[in-house]
Amino acid sequence: MSISDDNAKQISPEADGDDAAAPSSEIKNKAQGNGSGGPVILFFILGLAVSLILGWVIAPELLYSQKKQPIDYNHALHVAEVTDGCESCHFFRADGTFSGVPKLEMCIDCHEEVQGEDPNEIKFVEEYVVKEREVPWLIYSRQPDCVFFSHAAHIKGAKMDCVTCHGHIGESETSRVYEENRITGYSRDIWGKNIAGFKKNSWDRMKMDDCAECHQKEYTVQRTDVKTPIKRLLDNFIAVSFPGMEAPAGIGDSVQTQRDACFVCHK
Amino acid sequence: MKIDRRSFLSFLIGGAAGTALSPMPLKLTDDSSIWTQMWPWTPVPEDGEISHVNSTCTLCPGHCGITVRKINDRAVKIEGMKGHPVNDGGICLLGLSGLQLLYGPARVKTPLKRVGARGSGRWKKISWDAAVSEVVKQLGDLRAEGKSHSVGLITGSDRGTVSQLFARLMTAYGSPNVMRTPSMLDSYELTLQLTQGTRALPGFDFENADFILSFGSGIIDGWGSPVRMFKAFSGWRSNHGKVVQIEPRLSRTAAKSDRWIPVKPGTEGVLALGLAHVIIKEALYNSDFIDNYSVGFEDLKRLVLDKYSPDNVAAITAIDHKDIVTLARDFAAASKPLAICGRGRGSVAGSLDEFMAVQALNALVGNINKKGGVRAVSEIDYINWPEVQMDAVAAAGMQRERLDGAGSKKYPDTRYLLNRLPAAISSGEESSLAALLVTGANPLYTMPGSTAVKKAMAGIGFVVSFSSYMDETAQNADLILPNHTYLERFEDVPTPFGLQQPVTSLARPVVEPQFNTQHVGDVVIRIAKALGGSIAGAFPWEGYQTCLKETLGHKWETLITKGFLLDDNYRAFARQMKFDTPSGKFEFANKKTGRVPQFAPIKIEGDAKLYPLILVPYDSFRLAGDYIGSPPFAVKTVEDTVLKGKDVFVELNPETARALRLREGQHAILSTPRGQAKVKVHWFDGIRPGVVALPRGLGHTAYDKYLAEKGVNFNELIGPVEDPGTGWDAAWGIMAKLTKA
Repeated sequence: MSISDDNAKQISPEADGDDAAAPSSEIKNKAQGNGSGGPVILFFILGLAVSLILGWVIAPELLYSQKKQPIDYNHALHVAEVTDGCESCHFFRADGTFSGVPKLEMCIDCHEEVQGEDPNEIKFVEEYVVKEREVPWLIYSRQPDCVFFSHAAHIKGAKMDCVTCHGHIGESETSRVYEENRITGYSRDIWGKNIAGFKKNSWDRMKMDDCAECHQKEYTVQRTDVKTPIKRLLDNFIAVSFPGMEAPAGIGDSVQTQRDACFVCHK
Repeated sequence: MKIDRRSFLSFLIGGAAGTALSPMPLKLTDDSSIWTQMWPWTPVPEDGEISHVNSTCTLCPGHCGITVRKINDRAVKIEGMKGHPVNDGGICLLGLSGLQLLYGPARVKTPLKRVGARGSGRWKKISWDAAVSEVVKQLGDLRAEGKSHSVGLITGSDRGTVSQLFARLMTAYGSPNVMRTPSMLDSYELTLQLTQGTRALPGFDFENADFILSFGSGIIDGWGSPVRMFKAFSGWRSNHGKVVQIEPRLSRTAAKSDRWIPVKPGTEGVLALGLAHVIIKEALYNSDFIDNYSVGFEDLKRLVLDKYSPDNVAAITAIDHKDIVTLARDFAAASKPLAICGRGRGSVAGSLDEFMAVQALNALVGNINKKGGVRAVSEIDYINWPEVQMDAVAAAGMQRERLDGAGSKKYPDTRYLLNRLPAAISSGEESSLAALLVTGANPLYTMPGSTAVKKAMAGIGFVVSFSSYMDETAQNADLILPNHTYLERFEDVPTPFGLQQPVTSLARPVVEPQFNTQHVGDVVIRIAKALGGSIAGAFPWEGYQTCLKETLGHKWETLITKGFLLDDNYRAFARQMKFDTPSGKFEFANKKTGRVPQFAPIKIEGDAKLYPLILVPYDSFRLAGDYIGSPPFAVKTVEDTVLKGKDVFVELNPETARALRLREGQHAILSTPRGQAKVKVHWFDGIRPGVVALPRGLGHTAYDKYLAEKGVNFNELIGPVEDPGTGWDAAWGIMAKLTKA
């Protein structure tokens, strides 16, 4: 029970018969309020500080669990060995789909037997290659299941670089800790390392706004490929007269604004 | 310093302000929205490499080509194979839900040996070696006692290498008791033998026919090869083909046909003869065919003119005589008329006379062996194994009379009479069948009078099931040797019922075997080899795949690359008017048997005084009625006027329902001389008064929780009624009564 309530109780018997008592109690209350001004501000600042620390430091720490990759993988070492850069292992299949993280089948070519004395190498061969088990890699860049993303459209179509979205992972010598969101189960890389959502590089964060940012900047409007007779004629003309030149885009609706546009990227 | 209320409140306000200035509200809102949109317990299909495997669906006798889409090692979608001569890209409900049979809970995952009482569901997992030696021991002991003939085999088919391996095992072992599950194929085979001299599959050129007269055949309810029939039906719709459906109930086929003739149930055969009467009397028949390529026309003419005038027929069938005359004229006037029969899906062999009468109609209009007509289809001939060298025991065993009486003096033309088996083995004090092997069949569910079948099976000493699924028969077996499912095994798949062109397709493994199962062909070879002696000698192959490859020879290459094989000798619509009958002509009346198609009414079971209603079954493509149980997806598509919760509805004409004082949706007890069941009533104008209809394919006690204990098994309410002369089950219904529950 607060102090002012107690005062009110003390005053009330007098107030019953004496009207003059009322102003004096008001003054008393005011005086008391002025008197507690210091602690009030202090408590405000205290509350502010505690919640800021909680919100900026402790909660983000608690929100993510730290996981180690099953094998500490050295990208730099492998990139130096292959001829075709990232696409040597993260390739496009014949049907245009993207293979993502390589399967064991791919590693076996070189790693059928243990090479060198790295404990990771020994573990890899003994635990996975010999037992024919796929390595349960933790994928930093895995988007939520509702996201439809085509690597082909970006890499083959827009000729983008892997680094734009994935950063310099190809130069890494060890696998960094995988931070898994305890609520969603997805990697921290999607929201970004910076809990406030600030980013310096294009690959720091991969939320929808980041897709939009680039699409807006490049003004890439994907249009449905409507083939009018004139367009077809033009395409044929270009194909015959200027081989290698790209025909202008179709004149259909923008897939980003027409009905069901959401479902272009959201499953 | 005292912490007063104000301090506390300002602490909270400070905290709120600080929280608002931290990223957490936004972050947690975002995370919880992601969480709610993608519940972690919602299964997410794996991402990976896409591949397609061409194979053949063997879930029904339709034998469609399928293309299975795979992601990594998992099959994710079954589609129809484009360019396949049976279904050209189409697929049915059962076919596309086949993955649920592969990955579903009804699979038998390892060989099982019964430990509790039969049907109690208590099993012991055993190794394949133990399972095979158990079979070998039992069969070996019986053979040593000279009782090889007391071993029976129930099989779903007698065509293709797997069925032939089983038959070969039985011959080498010394038992004549191989029984194929009954269907309209039995009656069509015999009809073709009696009229055209070839016991073969019937082939109907539906794609070119323009007037289809269907005597109760569920053209789009699963008759023949379902996808092909669907396509043919659409073809008639768009090319002005006419479909006339003759059946007592407005089935889906009847509803979509041009004319529905709601005949009195069981009198379809007499209607066919009534139509023949009009065609002959008005000389509407094809005189070229009748004069040059047929014999026995006069016998038929005498019979139908004598007994089957439209007036007589009208009295029997309850169809107006004017309608009979019009229908006959329309049928004869069509350029490519085609008459078919086999009720519903054709799962009952039926009355031979009815099939003969319908075939006589086809002959009258002369559409035998021609475009838009019907022909006898010879299978592609590739199984040319050396004759089985029988030892003395086998030879003696094979000399014994078959238990079911097929081929005996009483039933000389019949090859299989599975429907007579339960009565035959239960007649003596001791079961005359000591061991029973069951493959590709679920007789405990699919045979009429399933209660009697179960009782008969209980008397058999040793029952082995080769089923991939825990079906009713497997549930009541002593030993289950689970086969791979059709998506995990190689098998040659013969021409589907009704296709005019011989096609052999290849079923091939789409995925690796998911469980500890073995190909039934391999198991048969293993059993034969372990039995030793001349039995082992009859099986020179290392395993089933070697056997299949060697049997097919150079055809193997075509099958493996193309997925199916066509007969090089097949000529479309070549007018081959030479028949294999003794006369070399089409025989309306078979000289040997003296049989002229006539109407021998099949009297169904039950006393009309006690059971005033007639119960008939109906088929729908939403429910599998054969030995395969409907997968969960198919069950989900069943309307709630057919199945609601666990209750099945019977269809009843409102007139009859009112007389019985049964409301729509009311519970009732449906009883027949064979049994009774609790059902719900559905008022349906599309059924003749006095008739009750119950769907087939429900009331399973086995399979999974998505199918078991839902509705009523029609076969528990009906028993077989013998067709005179052939001995087949010809029961098209049973007398019944409905009382308030």
